[in-house]
Amino acid sequence: MSTKLYLGLDIGSISTKGVVIDAQNNIVASEYIWTEGDPIGAVKKLLPIFKEQLGGKDYSIAAVGVTGSARKLIGVITGAAIVKNEITAHAIGTISLYPNVRTIFEIGGQDSKIILIDNGFVTDYAMNTLCAAGTGAFLSSQAQRLGVKVEQFGEIALTSKRPTPIAARCTVFAESDLVHKAQMGHTKQDIIAGLCKAVVANYLNNVGKGKKITPPIVFQGGVSKNSGVIKAFEEAVENEITVDENSHLIGALGVAILARKTRAEDDFKFEIADIDFVTRGAECGKCSNNCEIICIYQDDKLIDAWGNKCEKGTIQK
Amino acid sequence: MTDVKATFPHLGNYFVPLEVLFTAGIEVDYIVPPPITNRTLELGTRHSPDFVCTPFKYNLGNYIESLEAGANTLVQVGGACRLDYYGELHEQILRDLGYDFRFVNIGSTKLTKPLTFYNILKEINPDMTLKNIARVLPVVLKMIQYIDEAEDFIRKNIGFERNPGEFDHTHQRFLLEMRSIRSKKELYNYYIKYMNIFKSIEVDKPKKPLRVGVIGEYYTIMVPFSNHFIEKELATMGIVIDRWMNLTNSVIHDFRPEAKEHIKNYVTFDMGATAMYTIDKALQFAKKGYDGIIHVKSFGCTPETDAIPVLQNISSDYKIPILYFSFDSQTSEIGIKTRLEAFYDMIIMRKEAV
Repeated sequence: MSTKLYLGLDIGSISTKGVVIDAQNNIVASEYIWTEGDPIGAVKKLLPIFKEQLGGKDYSIAAVGVTGSARKLIGVITGAAIVKNEITAHAIGTISLYPNVRTIFEIGGQDSKIILIDNGFVTDYAMNTLCAAGTGAFLSSQAQRLGVKVEQFGEIALTSKRPTPIAARCTVFAESDLVHKAQMGHTKQDIIAGLCKAVVANYLNNVGKGKKITPPIVFQGGVSKNSGVIKAFEEAVENEITVDENSHLIGALGVAILARKTRAEDDFKFEIADIDFVTRGAECGKCSNNCEIICIYQDDKLIDAWGNKCEKGTIQK
Repeated sequence: MTDVKATFPHLGNYFVPLEVLFTAGIEVDYIVPPPITNRTLELGTRHSPDFVCTPFKYNLGNYIESLEAGANTLVQVGGACRLDYYGELHEQILRDLGYDFRFVNIGSTKLTKPLTFYNILKEINPDMTLKNIARVLPVVLKMIQYIDEAEDFIRKNIGFERNPGEFDHTHQRFLLEMRSIRSKKELYNYYIKYMNIFKSIEVDKPKKPLRVGVIGEYYTIMVPFSNHFIEKELATMGIVIDRWMNLTNSVIHDFRPEAKEHIKNYVTFDMGATAMYTIDKALQFAKKGYDGIIHVKSFGCTPETDAIPVLQNISSDYKIPILYFSFDSQTSEIGIKTRLEAFYDMIIMRKEAV
């Protein structure tokens, strides 16, 4: 009898994450790649990698779960058993690894969130609004400006003895402050450490505002790989911060678990990597609202459409 | 009849009683602003100061579209916040754009002095008679009350209808036919008839459904387009939506003294506009054991921003989750969906655990 496995995909704005788990929630395959503005392409790239990682094992993918900002689109093309928002997915994933967790910090490419948990249940959460200050994308662009790889940020930050204070309210201010401080002669490691602190200050002042932060605290998302930010967090909240080795995959893990819980028996094949999917945008034009409707075609056949706000814009399949 | 074609910006479905007030009471033509669409908001945003609160932009968009539809007399009201400055600024912006119109700013009157109010209505139509307005006004006020009662019932049941769309269709018919009613008696019979229709719509309501209270700023809470149809979105998840804020509760009746008394443990001073009601209702929903509360406001609304720390205290005292939304003219749809879905997951998982 073949082993039943479950695929979880987390398609974010910057990166696409995927895990394959077994019935005991053990990760048997995982990968992290850049989305590069093409969620369908990223998923197509991801699937053969899983096939290779799973090798000659006798298995079947019984259910697929999808989360992240492209969840709806990828949910349709993979015929997912469950499509979940990333807040719930992150909470479920974290609770499966750390049942006692009380606070989850998550900083991704374009968004950041805080999730408060009590007795294994989400009691409150918040997500950044209107502004991507203090997220991964900001760190990446500043790394480029400083001529270092963002992956080395953490290491470099830890060598600093005197982090440069950098304005944390807004990335525009932070950036001009950073340029100014660099021209004044502050060292690169001090500036990088200062940036890590700024990210944390921004997070706690915006997303974390008014939330009671109780330990144990788990930190995840792409930015949790940055040891400079971890250190800045620990200093700011005066508590130990746990970062899982798979901290970048927790959303995918959570949605894989939710997929397993649907008890679906779908037998998903990785072959969709070879199927041609095309999306086309169209303006409804039936009223001055001009809803932008997205149509999804599979080998030139319309399989789904959305974007209309009223029934006038419904597209017949 | 005069050649006056009056208009007032959209607020919920109150264009129905307003139309009756203007046509039958003040005896002028009334132009119902075209329904709010993306174009309305685009027009309003293009010609507004960037940091003004969003309702100002919607109102301005309504004026422009009504002017295009032939309106020549624009009416605006005042209020206990920036709303009080809307009229002057709207008029100036529209004049600068080159439109030709009359602007009647009720905001410049003292509502406590009925005579000034009457005088300003006279400004819309000098031939208006006191007798006529005294005959029509009670019908208009009742209309507002009946619309509010019907919509309250709809919000609590629409999420459970067997045949999707039935409530919406009945609701539209209810509003459309109401426009021709001119007497209190006729209106009463009409209301009874429709409430029976609403109550006969088949629903599948569980014994203990999820209940969510919606609170927040005056305009954003009452204009579904401006809150991305949040109530409808929540209802389709199978939730009873409770919203106290409407014209009946805020303009026709004055509940401020009660509100102040209810919340005296949380608030000492009057915080302006709808902030006191927001806090009062949040506390009430919390005490009634609702599953969650959603707070909506336009970006930068000062009174509602001030209310948030108090809401956070209520949230932690009563262990009730509160989700905060701040809408402006460029809010992303997916961001709202994500938060709402997570909110639903959170309250249903909590409920199932109990």
